[in-house]
Amino acid sequence: MAHAAAHDDHEAEHIPGFFTRWFFSTNHKDIGTLYILFAIMAGLVGGVLSGLIRWELAAPGIQIFGPNSSVSLLGLIEQSNHGYNAIVTAHALIMIFFMVMPAMIGGFGNWFVPIMIGAPDMAFPRMNNISFWLLVAAWVLLLTSMFVDGGPGKGFGGGWTLYPPLSTTGHTGPSMDLAIFSVHLAGASSILGAINFITTIFNMRAPGMTLHRMPLFVWSILITVFLLLLSLPVLAGAITMLLTDRNFGTHFFDPAGGGDPVMFQHLFWFFGHPEVYILILPGFGMISHIVSTFSKKPVFGYLAMAYAMVAIGFVGFIVWAHHMYTVGMGINLRAYFVAATMVIAVPTGVKIFSWIATMWGGSLSFKTPMLWAMGFIFLFTVGGVTGVVLANAGIDYSLHDTYYVVAHFHYVLSLGAVFAIFAGFFYWFEKMWGVKYNEFLGALQFWIMFVGVNLVFFPQHFLGLQGMPRRYVDYPDAFTLWNQVSSYGYLITAASVVVFLVILLEAAIRRRPAEANPWGEGATTLEWTLSSPPPFHQFNEPPVIEADHH
Amino acid sequence: MFNRTSDPARRKAGRNVRLALVCTAVFAGMVGAAYASVPLYKAFCQLTGFDGTVRQASAAPSRVLDRKLTIRFDANVRDLPWTFTPDQVSQELKIGDTGLAFFRVTNNGETPLTGRASYNVVPESAGLYFQKLECFCFSDQTIAPGATVEFPVVYFVDPKFADDFETKGAQEVTLSYTFFPSTEKKTQAALGGSAGARL
Repeated sequence: MAHAAAHDDHEAEHIPGFFTRWFFSTNHKDIGTLYILFAIMAGLVGGVLSGLIRWELAAPGIQIFGPNSSVSLLGLIEQSNHGYNAIVTAHALIMIFFMVMPAMIGGFGNWFVPIMIGAPDMAFPRMNNISFWLLVAAWVLLLTSMFVDGGPGKGFGGGWTLYPPLSTTGHTGPSMDLAIFSVHLAGASSILGAINFITTIFNMRAPGMTLHRMPLFVWSILITVFLLLLSLPVLAGAITMLLTDRNFGTHFFDPAGGGDPVMFQHLFWFFGHPEVYILILPGFGMISHIVSTFSKKPVFGYLAMAYAMVAIGFVGFIVWAHHMYTVGMGINLRAYFVAATMVIAVPTGVKIFSWIATMWGGSLSFKTPMLWAMGFIFLFTVGGVTGVVLANAGIDYSLHDTYYVVAHFHYVLSLGAVFAIFAGFFYWFEKMWGVKYNEFLGALQFWIMFVGVNLVFFPQHFLGLQGMPRRYVDYPDAFTLWNQVSSYGYLITAASVVVFLVILLEAAIRRRPAEANPWGEGATTLEWTLSSPPPFHQFNEPPVIEADHH
Repeated sequence: MFNRTSDPARRKAGRNVRLALVCTAVFAGMVGAAYASVPLYKAFCQLTGFDGTVRQASAAPSRVLDRKLTIRFDANVRDLPWTFTPDQVSQELKIGDTGLAFFRVTNNGETPLTGRASYNVVPESAGLYFQKLECFCFSDQTIAPGATVEFPVVYFVDPKFADDFETKGAQEVTLSYTFFPSTEKKTQAALGGSAGARL
């Protein structure tokens, strides 16, 4: 679909001044850039928090969450077991709502969905701006919540799942209320973004850009935002019920007034399970583009790829109770959720095999984005396999809330989603920033991080199978070895993040001018027909898309 | 609102706004569904005995099986100065037979207090078959300061218990009560406002 001529009319391109451009921005590319910078910042904060977790767990006993520890001198973290739980909770919320979602949907989605469908901008540019700044407000609320009284100590320590009664009577302080408001705002931001994307993709496609000719990344964002639109309101409702249970004497989740805490789990996971697909689906889209580009072949099974994502999105809504097998469901209900959960492996398998088939017989070049993409496919498959294991209610009874689960969801999210983000970041690096990155440093970062994250999370499978539970500040001596390995893995991962920052710095200093299409004939989507970086306004005359190779 | 205009740009904007409004309606509908799930979930639990919800029956079953179950009793209090104990730790009962158990509550406080007992059974799947004909938990109970009250519970286990593959292997059912301060307004007045101490 590369036959559309780039519309770069540079005459009289009016670019507003710095403050107006970045603070009142209505340009989808500028907002995308803001989102990406925000995600990098939040990722660094969330990464530091995971460092505190691994430092604490590096050895049995209390390392840094006790009095007089080396970190206590900073005075930032609560010196108690609760402090550890608060850090774990903040790590999860930051990584989910402020790193992965902003990077994938807000960042790459904003940047490339309008370009890929040949639109000049998003349908509601000013609403787009509101989405971003709501997220910043949510971020401020979440950080504030970490430093105010939660009840057992500073911050909320009930996990990102916010289960009552720990989140109602267990945390009486204002910290939890602030966390709820933060999730409300982040949710509002995502909902506005979702409405914007749906309108853009349905109404603003260029002539000839039918749904079945849309690039897979646009498909993935379309499905993702539908999941957001259907699942986030349920979370908003559930946490509003938490809020009124806490402050206004309602009894939604309080047995004293006829409520049921288990109902919160149902509501939460009705949101929570689609949410994990929200985190990974845009990654699927990006990986399809990257694998196709660096194999110099159109993606294998385009329609199957698109409808596999539709299927994953649909089935994602009817499997939520596999997160709560241990609440005492009947055997028939468990059997249903086991079967429905395992069905997801089918469309996911379609995608994995189609990526491999895309590479098969292709003219492969192992540039940095391709390394990340192949790393993604490998690690996501590992995480998917442990997911099928955990889908079995019988096995889950003993693995529930152990480190096996932690290893599983970090393989699909921390390694899967984050690798996809890095893949996309380097794939579009020249397009977004207008300069080239250093290919050697890019590969170096990939290999260091690949070793590091595997060292962090693979041993956690062993710990989980041996029965080490999640969300404890300490563990018996028997678990020492693999925890130590895991913590060393963190150091290696941290080194790779340093290399990443060096890449940014090097590219910013050397300023090698970017090419419009550095990847050659494999890169066929519309963004490669524009200059790098693209003109401030593109496609004022919509490009015309004709049917071609797929 | 814009769709009758001839200006194509405005017509396009109108289409965008319409689609956005549809999305907003979907959003509102899902929030509504989340809240609607509260009564639906409660009705579902009461209808199916899901999650160990014990149901109220009006008549004892006509069939008694020649198989005994051990019924265990458990009593808890939250946020009330009450002592609440079962008179018996457990009872042996034939499936289908009507059992009678007693619970004893003492108000150690200075004022009359009103509480409401919530109840549950373990295993959860037995909730469908464990039924009560008479129970103090069906209504609020007010107890004078220093007074001790004995409450009877009349219950039976439905014979279908022995046929359901989820429950037929069970030898034991535990019935558990927890007394909470009653949430109705008049009690809050009787408590001198201290019922708000629930949090």
